[in-house]
Amino acid sequence: MLKSLIVRNNLFTITKRLYHPNVIEHYTNPRNVGSLDKNQSNVGTGLVGAPACGDVMKLQIEVDDKTGIIENVKFKTFGCGSAIASSSYVTELVRGITVDEAAKIKNTEIAKKLSLPPVKLHCSMLAEDAIKAAIRDYKSKRNSTNLA
Amino acid sequence: MIRGTRGRLVGLFRSSALLRNNSRIYNNYNRRRDVLVLKSLDHVRCYSAAVSAVKKLVDDVSLEIHTDIQAAAKEQSEVRNNAASTSNKESKTESEAAILSSSNALKHAYQENTGFGTRPIYLDMQATTPTDPRVLDTMMKFFTGLYGNPHSNTHAYGWETNKEIEKARKHVADLINADPKEIIFTSGATESNNTVVKGVARFYKKTKNHIITTRTEHKCVLEAARSMMNEGFEITFLSVDENGLIDLEDLKKNIRPTTCLVSVMAVNNEIGVLQPIKEIGEICRKNKVFFHTDAAQAYGKIPMDVNKMNIDLLSISSHKIYGPKGIGALYVRRRPRVRLEPLLSGGGQERGLRSGTLAPPLVAGFGEAARLMKQEYESDHKHITELSDRLTKGLLSVEHATLNGSPSHRYPGCVNVSFAYVEGESLLMALRDIALSSGSACTSASLEPSYVLHALGKDDALAHSSIRFGIGRFTTNEEVDYVIKAIVERVKYLRELSPLWEMVQEGIDLDSIQWSGH
Repeated sequence: MLKSLIVRNNLFTITKRLYHPNVIEHYTNPRNVGSLDKNQSNVGTGLVGAPACGDVMKLQIEVDDKTGIIENVKFKTFGCGSAIASSSYVTELVRGITVDEAAKIKNTEIAKKLSLPPVKLHCSMLAEDAIKAAIRDYKSKRNSTNLA
Repeated sequence: MIRGTRGRLVGLFRSSALLRNNSRIYNNYNRRRDVLVLKSLDHVRCYSAAVSAVKKLVDDVSLEIHTDIQAAAKEQSEVRNNAASTSNKESKTESEAAILSSSNALKHAYQENTGFGTRPIYLDMQATTPTDPRVLDTMMKFFTGLYGNPHSNTHAYGWETNKEIEKARKHVADLINADPKEIIFTSGATESNNTVVKGVARFYKKTKNHIITTRTEHKCVLEAARSMMNEGFEITFLSVDENGLIDLEDLKKNIRPTTCLVSVMAVNNEIGVLQPIKEIGEICRKNKVFFHTDAAQAYGKIPMDVNKMNIDLLSISSHKIYGPKGIGALYVRRRPRVRLEPLLSGGGQERGLRSGTLAPPLVAGFGEAARLMKQEYESDHKHITELSDRLTKGLLSVEHATLNGSPSHRYPGCVNVSFAYVEGESLLMALRDIALSSGSACTSASLEPSYVLHALGKDDALAHSSIRFGIGRFTTNEEVDYVIKAIVERVKYLRELSPLWEMVQEGIDLDSIQWSGH
C-alpha cells in the first residue's frame, strides 16, 4: 500500500508541474554559480533582464586573450526554476569553446535540451541574450585596452 | 455489516476504510483529530488505533516504471544520492559551500523515498481545507440510504432528507446569528457573490445604478462588477492603503444617492487583512445602501454577527471551513428585506432565489462543518494564533523579509511574506515538499504579478517574491518548525544564486541600474 501510494503520488506530482528532470537537475545542482572579478581585462560581464519581469541573469566569462577560448564561466540568476536551469546549462555549453562559437548559441538548443514548455521559452531567450551580452562586454573591453 | 438507512454503523464502516490511508497528512491530522473527536463525541469511534499503524500489503513487488520522465527522475535521484555520499570537496568560501551543499538544501524537497510517502506538508488553507472526518461521517448516510429528493414533499424519502437539510440550515445560520430562513444554499461563494452583485443590481436598476467595491476583492466579485458595466452600471473600485485597509472617509465620499450596493470582503484570501466590517456596516445603514461582504475566508474564523455589524448580504464557502467542496451559502436579510433577481430560473426552491435540487450530502456536510466551527472556535483560534505567531516570527527572522498586509488587522491563519531578491516560483520549486501558494507571475498564466499585492503598492519585484502560508485546524507544531527551517535554508541557497542579492551586498542601489528589460 505504501509503495503503490508512492507511485501514484509520483505520477500526480510530475504531471502537475511538468518540469523535465533535466530542469530539476540543473536547478537543484546548478553548475558554475558565482562571480568573477569584473574589473579584470579578460572578463566579460553580461547583465540582462529586469526585476519587474521576474528574470535577471548575470553571466561572466573569463577568456584567454590569445586563443579566444572561454576558460572560466560563472553565472547568477534571479528567476524561476527554468531560468536558473537555462543559465546553468548555458555555462556548461560555453566552457572550453571559443568566443565566436559561443556567440552562435541559439535559444532553441537550450529549450530543446531542457524540454521547456512554450510559456518558459523566454527563459532560454534570456540565457542567449546573457551570453551575447557577456561576449559584447568582453569585446568592448578588449578594444578599449587595444586602443590604449 | 451494513445496516438500514439510518444506521450510523454504515458511516463507521465506510469512513474507517477511507481513513486507513497512511500518507503523512492523514497521519498528522488523524492524530489531532483523534484527540478532538474523542473529546467531543458522545459515543466511541473505533478507527483511531488502526489508522496510525502502517498497513503493508505487498512490499517485495518491484514496480514497473513506464514513462521516460519517471525513469529519468529515478536515475537522477540515484546519481544525486551517490554524489552526495561520495563528494568530499573542501569548501572554499561560505557561498561556495552553500552551493556545494545545495544537494543538501534541496535534498528534502526532492527526496524520492522518505519512508512517509511523497505527499507534501499542506500549508495552503486559503485555497481549500481538508474535510474534517466528522463531516464525512455526517455525509455518508446520504449516499447509502437517505437518497430522497428533499423537495419531494409527498413521501418519507423527501421528508427525511428535508429534515436534515433544515438542521444544517440552522447550524449555518447560528454561526452568524442569523435566522435560518435567511440562508439560501448555493454551489459556492462564487455563485453567492455573483447572485449578489448581479441579482441585487438588476433588481434595483430602475432607480439605482452605482456599485462600490474594492481593488482587493476576490476575482469573482471584480469580474461580476465588470460585467455589470456592460449593463449600464457604474462601478467604483476603492483603493486600499499599503496595509490593505480601505479608507472609511473615501467610502463615505463615494456613496451617492444612486448607490445600490457596497461589497467589501471581510478577510482577504491573499494577505489575510481584516477590514473594519462593523464601521462599514454602520456607514451603509446610515446611507440606506445594501452592504455585502464576502465572508468565505472569515466565516467561522472571526466572530461575525449580521445584526451587530449591519450586514445585509453575506457569502459563505463550505470548503474553507473543513466542509465538502461544491456547496456554499448566501445570507439574505429579511428585515429590512433585500430583494434580488435570481440567477437561476426554475422550480422556485430556496425562497425563489436559487432554483435547483439541493444536494443533501453536501448540505449536511456543510451544516456539520459550521456546527463544528462554532463548537471548536476557542481551541482553533488559540491553536492557529499560536502557530501563526511562531511562523511569522521564524519567517521574519530572515533578513529582507516583509509581511504583506496590516500586522494588527489580520486573520492569523493567513501569512503572506515577501522574500526580497528571490523569485517566487523558484522558491516554490525549492519548497516542493511543502504545499504553498505564491503571488508571483510564473504561477499564473499571464506575466503579471498578483493584483492584490499590486493594489498594496508593492513593486513588481517584491510581488514576484511573495509566498502565502495558510494555517488551519490540522496543522501541527512540527510542520511549522519544519517549514521555518526549510525556508531559512532554501532562501539562503537561492540568494546565493541571485545577482540582485550580490549587488545589494555590495551596496549598489538597484533602482539606479538601467535594466535591459524584455
